Amino acid sequence: MAQSSDHRSPGTSQNTSLSTRLSATLYRRPLLALALLLGPPLLWLGLVYLGSLLALLVQGFFYIDDYTGQVVRKLSLRSYAQLLQPANLDIFLRTSAMALAVTLAAAMLAFPLAYYMARYAPGRVRGLLYLGVILPLWSSYIVRVYSWKLILAKEGIISWVVSHVGAGGLLERILALPLIGGPSLSFSALGMFLVFLYIWLPYMVLPIQAALERVPRSLLEASADLGARPSRTFRSVVLPLAFPGVVAGSIFTFSLTLGDFIIPGTIGNSSLFIGQAVLRQQGTAGNVPLAAAMTVVPMLIMAVYLWGARRLGAFDAL
Amino acid sequence: MTRPSTSAVRLDDVSRHFGKVRAVDGVTLDIQDGEFFSMLGPSGSGKTTCLRLIAGFDRPSSGRIELHGRDMTNLPPYERDVNTVFQDYALFPHLTVAENVGYGLMIRRVESTERRRRVREALELVRLPEMGERRPVELSGGQRQRVALARALVNRPRVLLLDEPLGALDLKLRQQMQVELKAIQQQVGITFVFVTHDQEEALTMSDRLAVFNLGRIEQIGPPAEVYEQPKTAFVAGFVGISNLLNGEAARKITGADAGFAVRPEKIRITAPSTAAAAGECVADGNVREVIYLGVSTRYVVELGGALQGTDLAVVEQNSGSPASGPQPVRGTAVRLLWNQAYNRPMAGG
Repeated sequence: MAQSSDHRSPGTSQNTSLSTRLSATLYRRPLLALALLLGPPLLWLGLVYLGSLLALLVQGFFYIDDYTGQVVRKLSLRSYAQLLQPANLDIFLRTSAMALAVTLAAAMLAFPLAYYMARYAPGRVRGLLYLGVILPLWSSYIVRVYSWKLILAKEGIISWVVSHVGAGGLLERILALPLIGGPSLSFSALGMFLVFLYIWLPYMVLPIQAALERVPRSLLEASADLGARPSRTFRSVVLPLAFPGVVAGSIFTFSLTLGDFIIPGTIGNSSLFIGQAVLRQQGTAGNVPLAAAMTVVPMLIMAVYLWGARRLGAFDAL
Repeated sequence: MTRPSTSAVRLDDVSRHFGKVRAVDGVTLDIQDGEFFSMLGPSGSGKTTCLRLIAGFDRPSSGRIELHGRDMTNLPPYERDVNTVFQDYALFPHLTVAENVGYGLMIRRVESTERRRRVREALELVRLPEMGERRPVELSGGQRQRVALARALVNRPRVLLLDEPLGALDLKLRQQMQVELKAIQQQVGITFVFVTHDQEEALTMSDRLAVFNLGRIEQIGPPAEVYEQPKTAFVAGFVGISNLLNGEAARKITGADAGFAVRPEKIRITAPSTAAAAGECVADGNVREVIYLGVSTRYVVELGGALQGTDLAVVEQNSGSPASGPQPVRGTAVRLLWNQAYNRPMAGG
């Protein structure tokens, strides 16, 4: 013991002087410190992240030769023009509608929960609710999607419960509806919607809860003090101040739904979503330029979405 | 200056208990219309809870609250004709200054030209006429405080509640705002209920004040009365500084058993052999500390002889007049003299 500590002490003192000198240098040259800290993430962001995005954009301007099936590396709008084919427009419309529906439903489900967590729940209850919201994220996404496949199946628990409470006819009638129906919940847009909603809900609850937590109680009291009833306070104070949180959450739910190909592939019927179409084009079809052009579509939709949110004043309270 | 003595706020045996904590414990008080009334006390004394009960943010566990003779005990805040200036100002960050000030008028659907006019007037009253388009984050602490005041006053409430509104300001600004608040109160002529833990603030601004301790009111009265004739040891110690003497020490000085309090500025420091005039109390001792305060000097005198172990605080003006003689330094033997009329008997002393 004594020997080893003897051993260490010269080394330690040398280390200390080195680290002292290093920290002194960094203290004197704040720009160097900043460069060292920001260098790696900026390099990652610039090269790997934005670089690959740029490569993707460029790929979209190539096209595939219809006879040879080879990628022609010449700039052209041919692949982007293909996006406008009715079958592809269908895919974009279907995916956007689903993303919108999931986002709206998630916001409506998440807000009351987040409000309760942020404002009323006592410590223990809040902890349990937190756990309840993030617990599903601990297990594999694929496993959860396949569990839902079983839950929604014709022999699954939902059908079983529904038929035992005598509402089997109602479920059949809902499944018979065009657009959202199908042979069973596990092969319908309705089922897909339920699974999307389940999978992305935590991403809506947490940002709204964080935004609501930052609204001081005194603001609500001030509003009441100035004559506003609770509903008015909600509209004029709570909602505007929580709106950035709702937008943050909806960016998650919207963009994640736009890009997902597992859930439509597992739960859905044969109609394609953007993610599936991209997968198919760059995989089986070997049309990488068209796949690249298709990935630009969700980006455009998100850009329009954010622009709209900005116009609505979503970021004013930031 | 005789105004009809009608009651603006009346609390009748009001209590608010949080579990076992009696935040407000049987408070009864009557605030007159047009009065500047302060609720003074240390933190946790129940003064802010009391204010919140009047505003309606909280409901009493028992008792009755009246505003201008109407029972308000169970009415929500938005149905009470009072407005509040919050300790943290509680300005809406997503609205401009003008929108903040006009919020109450908007809620009450005051027509927009009228609204703009009144918002402008209110901002002029608090001397911020050019700030309407700014956001609260762009204002300094003092400016936010004024906006909060304008936002409350613009609704012309009959009672204005102020919850330590000057607490976050620096000394200079605070003193300036004390003068302005008082001037505005006289100008608009409405009842101000002012919560503070700063005894000097309460003394300088109020028509009357209530001293709170442990959820109860220890004394209510005009500033001079509360300061000169404190009824309890707590009031004597919290409002200004007092020397509290009880039991043995009290008997040695006055010959009577009753404990008493005496203000430091009532005591004279004299040479050890000075003869006491008729009706004067005498105590001999040595100067233990000399604290120079600018306009005055505070001495702590350790009494000797039979009074060993008792300290008395004494404050003398630094008038610089030759009559006051050389200033005693630490260790000087002195005789303390004061008229026994200044002894305030203390209950339980």
